[in-house]
Parts: sequence; structure tokens; C-alpha cells
Amino acid sequence: MNSTWIILGATSAMARAFARRVSAQGAGVLLAGRDMDDLAAIAADCALRGARLAEALTFDARKPEGFAVLIDRMAREEGQLNAAVFVGSMPEQSAIDTDPSLIDGVVDDSYSGPARFLQMLAPLIEARESGTIVGVGSVAGDRGRIGNYVYGSAKAGFHTYLSGLRNRLTRAGGHVVTVKPGFVDTAMTWGLPGMFLVASPDAVAADIQKAVAKRRNTIYTPFFWRYIMLIIMHIPEFIFKKMKV
Amino acid sequence: MRWKNADYSGWGRAIVAHGEIARPERMSALDSLLSDAMVPAIGMLRSYGDAALNSAGRVIDMTRLDRMLSFDPATGILETEAGTRIGDIAAAFAPRGWLPAVMPGTGFATVGGCIAQDVHGKNHHHAGSFCQHVLSLTLRQAGGAVEVSPDKTPELFRATAGGLGQTGVIVAARLRLVPCKGDVMVVTERRIEGWDEFLGRLDASQATYTVGWLDATARGAALGRGILEEGETGSGLMPRKVTHRKIPLDAPDFALSKPIVRLFNNAYYRRVPESGRTVVRPIGDFFFPLDKIHDWNRLYGKRGFHQFQCVVPIGAAPALRDMLEAVARSALASPLAVLKRMGPGRSGYLSFPMEGYTLAVDFRNTAEARELVQRLEEMTAAAGGRLYFAKDSLARSSGVQGMYDEHGPWREAVEKADPAGHLATDLVRRLKLRSGS
Repeated sequence: MNSTWIILGATSAMARAFARRVSAQGAGVLLAGRDMDDLAAIAADCALRGARLAEALTFDARKPEGFAVLIDRMAREEGQLNAAVFVGSMPEQSAIDTDPSLIDGVVDDSYSGPARFLQMLAPLIEARESGTIVGVGSVAGDRGRIGNYVYGSAKAGFHTYLSGLRNRLTRAGGHVVTVKPGFVDTAMTWGLPGMFLVASPDAVAADIQKAVAKRRNTIYTPFFWRYIMLIIMHIPEFIFKKMKV
Repeated sequence: MRWKNADYSGWGRAIVAHGEIARPERMSALDSLLSDAMVPAIGMLRSYGDAALNSAGRVIDMTRLDRMLSFDPATGILETEAGTRIGDIAAAFAPRGWLPAVMPGTGFATVGGCIAQDVHGKNHHHAGSFCQHVLSLTLRQAGGAVEVSPDKTPELFRATAGGLGQTGVIVAARLRLVPCKGDVMVVTERRIEGWDEFLGRLDASQATYTVGWLDATARGAALGRGILEEGETGSGLMPRKVTHRKIPLDAPDFALSKPIVRLFNNAYYRRVPESGRTVVRPIGDFFFPLDKIHDWNRLYGKRGFHQFQCVVPIGAAPALRDMLEAVARSALASPLAVLKRMGPGRSGYLSFPMEGYTLAVDFRNTAEARELVQRLEEMTAAAGGRLYFAKDSLARSSGVQGMYDEHGPWREAVEKADPAGHLATDLVRRLKLRSGS
């Protein structure tokens, strides 16, 4: 059966690695983001790696008025429709402290934008009784920390949204995978101090691909972050509030 | 764009540089990084020595600019960004019947790196060097991007091909791919009992791809024994699946000690039956035999290693035999020793190849080995041969100046292309390639 993936935030390193992998399997990819020059290069690359279809499309999480065009484009493809959401933004917490209005953008990029888009896509998946949504969250969404709690809280909202959406789509034959990456070697983490056990974007993409095939619900990637977060989530709040992790 | 402070080294790990590295993920980011001042570009750091190091300043890591941009099946021309790895191109195109015309011994090398070193492959005697299959390239210079091609800008092209990145940052290139039968190799392996037989077999080989493995510990009558591998592409056969392994830590010194290397080489030699054999291998296994062992350079321990590679003219084959004899007598060699026949093909002023024989040997980084490599370098110069900048980490300026007879025109072109000297690297400074001799 034909399968088509729309990839939101397709210029990110993780999204690029994932797009390449599904392209190599012959899927169609609709690459959505803001930098059209870069998206065109990614689309060309995906086509040469075996994608049945590769197109660059405009997507800005902060401009929901543009979402309908993308949904229409997807509806024109036959077969299974899938979506992978790689959007999100993480300004320095100190910048947010100076200008609290930045919070709106973080929430739009990391939660409300993608949630609105997926809400519009859900009926299509229900109608076709198949299709997978991959939502990339973050380990930062598991517990609020001093360094990035605005970003973390937006991702936490997104996690909860995905879990509800999974509950809804399961009964129609669809599926939702929640992905919680730890540190990944991308432009976002390049040169940041304190990085350890950094995973390559391709290793994360491989984990996601496996999770999609096995219809996993929530994955941590690399896998050991499940145990790191298990510990972090079980630290009592009266201790955690004094820690700087 | 954030700059990362890091230690980094070439594949040999014997020389370590410290400096700032940026890694743009988009062309627009690269452009803004270079808008103030030019910075030398690095790829996968597969050159062994200091060709990709700049301890005097910054470098730009090009590995995330790795998209294939267009392919024309009528002509076989692929346009791709400079950070694309050769092995990725081979993996994507071999099943469709195309391969890069020239592939180096590791698939991890980037297109930009292959151009900057004008690398060669196991088919050099037929196909020539990498840049002979580059139709044009996009070079980012201080004034902006320029198109460089052998016909329209011959001088700049010849200074860029094998030019160690000194003319600008290579951003993209158009490469000619060649048709292949499929994504497996049919490989004939046979034992070679000694030096003279080896040269004779290499000269007589009609195969598309030919490479010789040498037992660099064998002496006396067995000097120059090894295995000759001849390969052709094939299709329709299912080779076994390749498993990837990783060397997780720096090996202790005894891992490559003399008795262990001797034992290993003996077993490796006898692995091929006396009567020879023909086997089917995945394409990557033949072209990039060591790529399935990630970080194999850690086998040499934390001090790293040096690779010596030279080419000498056909008439100087006896001098090459002397070099092998010196290596065998020292008992310092690792199992990695390679002998190949080269044709005359080269495309840049500083390109390595010349018609003759090329020998490559790895050595653990010890004082004895450094001394031996320096002696081998002197022998190369005396034989009218050349050292390979992609491998070298020990040569001195006086030793290499005479090896490249087009050094003068290269220096003039580079002076024009990067007058401020922003693109100089540690190797260029060590060998004084850009200053007057």
C-alpha cells in the first residue's frame, strides 16, 4: 500500500534523518517547514534516495491559517497517511526571563501549533482506518527544571495531547508514537556545555522507525533515557527543588 | 551560529589540534559564517595526519551539508553537496546500476575531501583519479560562490583538485557516476608468494578493480608475499548481511605487538586457499573493507598511528622493494599494508598519483616507527616518488618540495584565491606549501 509521510519541521537534523529512512523504503514525503531553499535540497535528496514522491511545503507552527493547504495536499494522496512532528523551539531561559512574551512562541512551536495541525489531520486517519503519527517530545517534558522549564512545560502539554490522540485514533485503526529524545547531536545542542551520551540524529531516526513498525506507544531514545528519567522522576520534590540537574 | 571548542584529530590520531568548530546544517548558515572571513572546511576527518587540522584558528565541519541534489540517468551526472559521503552515494546508487567512478578505501570520506585530496581507488590504472570525474564544482571564496570547471577555469580547477582546500570552501560538485552491474562484487583472491610475482600479477591484471594486501612482516624469500584481489561488479546474487562492529576503547599496546601481527598476517594469508578462490561480497565490503569496524583506528591505542604511503615510478620498483625490506626488517608494521598499480591519471597541480606502484603501511605511533617513516620518506624522494598528503603526518618541508613539480603554479593560484591566507591548515604550514621554498 502507498504510504505518505508529512514531516513538520523537516529541516531539523532528526527530521532529515527520518525522511531519508522512509524515503529509502519508497514512501512519499511531504517536507514542511520555513526555509524553502533548504527544503528543496532535502526534497531532492529524498527523491534520489528512493522516495516515491518528495515535495517541499510551507509550514509555520505560528501560522495555523496555512495548515488547511497541507491537509488538502495530503488528502490528494491515496493510501496510508502518516505524520511526523519535529517542531519545537527552545530560547535560552534567561531570554524568557527578560521577555516573558517569548513563552507564546515556545508554546506555539512546541505544542499548540502541531496539536492544531494534528487535530485537523485526525479525521483523515480515522476515515482511512490506518496511519501513524509520530510526535517528538522531549525528556525535558518529564519534569520541570530550572534551565528550560518553559520549553519543558510545552513539551509536557504535547505529550499529554499525544496520549489523548492515541486513545482516540487507536479505535479507528490509527496509531500515535510519542518519542522522547535525550541529548541529540543537532544544531540545538552543538557546543553546549554539559552534554553527555549524545546520540546521532540517524540513531534516533532508526529508533523512531522501529517504534513505528512495532506500534510502540512511548519511546525514549536512546533507550537508556527511560532509566535516567525514571530516576529523575522519582526524586522527591522537596529534594528536587534544590537540585540543579 | 555557536562555535564549539574541541580537540580533534585526523584518522591517525597522532596529532591533535584544539580549536573552534562550527557545523552549519544549512547553506544559508554556512554563508553567514563565511561572510566575515574565510575559514578552512573539514569533513569526516579521514585524512590521517594534519591535512584537516587548523590549530591556529577555526574550522567549519561540512558533514551536515550532505544532500544529493540532482541526478541525470541519461548522462550519469550527480550533483551533490560537499559533505556527502562516498559510501552513501554508492549505497543509494549501486542498486540502480551506478557507482562513483572513483572511490577511496573508506566510504566515510566526503565528496569535498575526495576533491581536496584528489583521491584514487582500486581502479586508478583504468579510471584515473577522483577529480577526473568532477565536471564542475561550486567554490565559496571571500567574494562569494564561483563555478569551477576544467574547461572554463582550468587554473583554479587544477589548484582546487588535490589542492588541500586552499582555494576556497568546496560547497557542491557535479560528479560523473559510471554504470555497474549491481550492488555485489565478484572477487577473485589468490595467494602471491613473493615480490616479483606480485608486480607481475599487478601489471598483468585485466580486472576493473585490483588491490594487493601485503604481509609486511614476511622476509627473505617470502618478502612481498600477500593476496591479490581482483573485483568486478555483479548482480542478482545475495551476499550475507554485513554486521557492523565498533572498537569501544583504545586498545592496549600489545594488541598490535610483533608476534600478534605476525600470527594474524600468517592466518590472513592462509585464509585464501592455495589454489585461490572466487567469492561474492557486498559492494561496501570490497571497497570499504574496514568501514564495518567503526573506530578501528582505536586498535592502535591512545597514541595513535602513522600511515606511510608513497608512489614511485615503474622504473623505481627496486627502490620500493628496498622500502618493503626495511619495513619487514623493522618488524614495526601493522597488518595493514597495501600495494597497488597506478596509472598516470591525475587532475590537479598537487595530485598524488603518477604512473607506477603505490605502497601504504600503517605503524603504531612510536619513536622507532617515526624514525622508520622518515627514512622511507627519504627513500621515496631518492626514487623520484611522491608522498600522499592525505596520509602524511611526519614529513618535513625540505623533503616534499621537490616531489611535486607543479608546486609553483599551485602556489600562484592559491595566492590569488586566498591572498589573506585564511585557509591555511596545519599540514600546509608544516610543509611550508604556501610560502616560498
